[in-house]
Amino acid sequence: MLNRRRFLKSAAAAAALPGLVGSARAATAKARRHVVIVGGGYGGATAAKYLRMWSEGAVDVTLIERNAAFVSCPISNLVVGGLKQLEDITVSYDNLKSKWGVRVITDEATAIDIERKAVTTARHGTLTGDRLILSPGIELLPARIAGLEGQDARIPHAWKAGAQTVLLRKQLEAMPDGGVFAMHIPRAPYRCPPGPYERACLVANYLREAKPNSKVLVLDANGEIQSKKALFTQAFERYGGLIEYVPNSALQSVDAGTLTAELEFDSIKADVLNVIPPMRAGNIAAAAGLPLINDAWVDVDWLTLEAKGIPGVHVLGDALFPAPTMPKSGHMANQHAKLAAAAILNLFEGLPPNPAPVVMNTCYSFVDARNVIHVASVHQFDADKKQPMPVQGAGGVSAMANELEGKAALAWARNIWADMLA
Amino acid sequence: MKLKTAIAAFGIAGLVGAAHAQDPHLARNLAATCANCHGTNGVSVGGMESLAGEPKEKLMRKLAEYRSGDKPATIMHQIIAGYTDEQIDLITTWFAAQK
Repeated sequence: MLNRRRFLKSAAAAAALPGLVGSARAATAKARRHVVIVGGGYGGATAAKYLRMWSEGAVDVTLIERNAAFVSCPISNLVVGGLKQLEDITVSYDNLKSKWGVRVITDEATAIDIERKAVTTARHGTLTGDRLILSPGIELLPARIAGLEGQDARIPHAWKAGAQTVLLRKQLEAMPDGGVFAMHIPRAPYRCPPGPYERACLVANYLREAKPNSKVLVLDANGEIQSKKALFTQAFERYGGLIEYVPNSALQSVDAGTLTAELEFDSIKADVLNVIPPMRAGNIAAAAGLPLINDAWVDVDWLTLEAKGIPGVHVLGDALFPAPTMPKSGHMANQHAKLAAAAILNLFEGLPPNPAPVVMNTCYSFVDARNVIHVASVHQFDADKKQPMPVQGAGGVSAMANELEGKAALAWARNIWADMLA
Repeated sequence: MKLKTAIAAFGIAGLVGAAHAQDPHLARNLAATCANCHGTNGVSVGGMESLAGEPKEKLMRKLAEYRSGDKPATIMHQIIAGYTDEQIDLITTWFAAQK
């Protein structure tokens, strides 16, 4: 109760900011609505800002996020490759608080009550909203690979940006010239389809300069490169023999002591072993009892992004069972967030959700320090199929890796970080 | 036509509901799909073109040139192909009305 009262006070203070005054006055006639968001990544942070912006401050928003600052997965391979520092991909939540009046709580959501729309946190009690948005990202499943669980200090995944990113970078710096960097890619769908191949390129880019006798071994559980295949194949070739790509290489087990990776028919001894484990929607999705497809990804109604059969609980980002050809990307999570924010505000106004939403995606990948390739797509809602479908003849990939898109990729990062957090 | 786009741009819910089934915030929602790269409400923080406050005719002409291939592009020709003419009309009207 105290928390709630304090919140109303701070919300009133926030509403006193210029520009929010008029709408706050108009909203006093009816009860204020409150949306509680779990997860402050590309999905959740964008939803928080857009709910406040589009409602002109009339809807209260609480964002629960375990990390004190946002660290971006996109661009994090440049940290692994030694081209950027962690602070370059870290953005504060301060503007969401001070400029947009979002109540940001640094805490872990421990339980969700989908009936009461209540979120229990580790240290801030239970928060109740009119609606919930869950943007929990992914849960990595190291237990699916024998010997991997509990070994992420020795065998980093670096598939959630932050300390793991820095750890992998440090291991690469400590690796001797002539060493083997082996990485494992899980079966699709996984977070960021082109990400592992970008990482292979940027590690090779570093090793070519610093440790030219070394090797990058890409062990892919999939039968082929999962995104921008022709362009990544070209990029790998440009590194000569430095990168070896091995498809159909599902990892059976690892030995953290010797850094050995066991495949079905092969055994690989690495100097740095980077295993991206299989993954599923963030644990809170399963714990909340949301409907999961393949016991992994959340099934949603694409007009509102509510979990199927659970009105009032919206789910965003990588946690979703994707619509056809829809990637698990930060860009797409941002687009999900805007779709959900618009739907929620319509529903608060007593309007139906937009019957014709559009989402689009752009993923840039660095193949070296300056040259970048993209993949883009536009997805229009199909009323018959009840989900967004990729527009035929739209989207595509770069003609070739180029420096112009190297600049565009960094500008993309600055703009999307501002779109969610500034 | 003018009234229709004006209604869509300013989101006058009651009028639109009576006129047709289009979402009152459709233009705003469509324009928001551009914001990842071009900035919130079309105000870029750098490295990408701002769209806010650009004359509608100029935006329409540029997009038509991307669509036809007359204007060389790395990515915009692929993205613009995913939007209908009506959607582009709504988006450019909305951005032109921003400051």
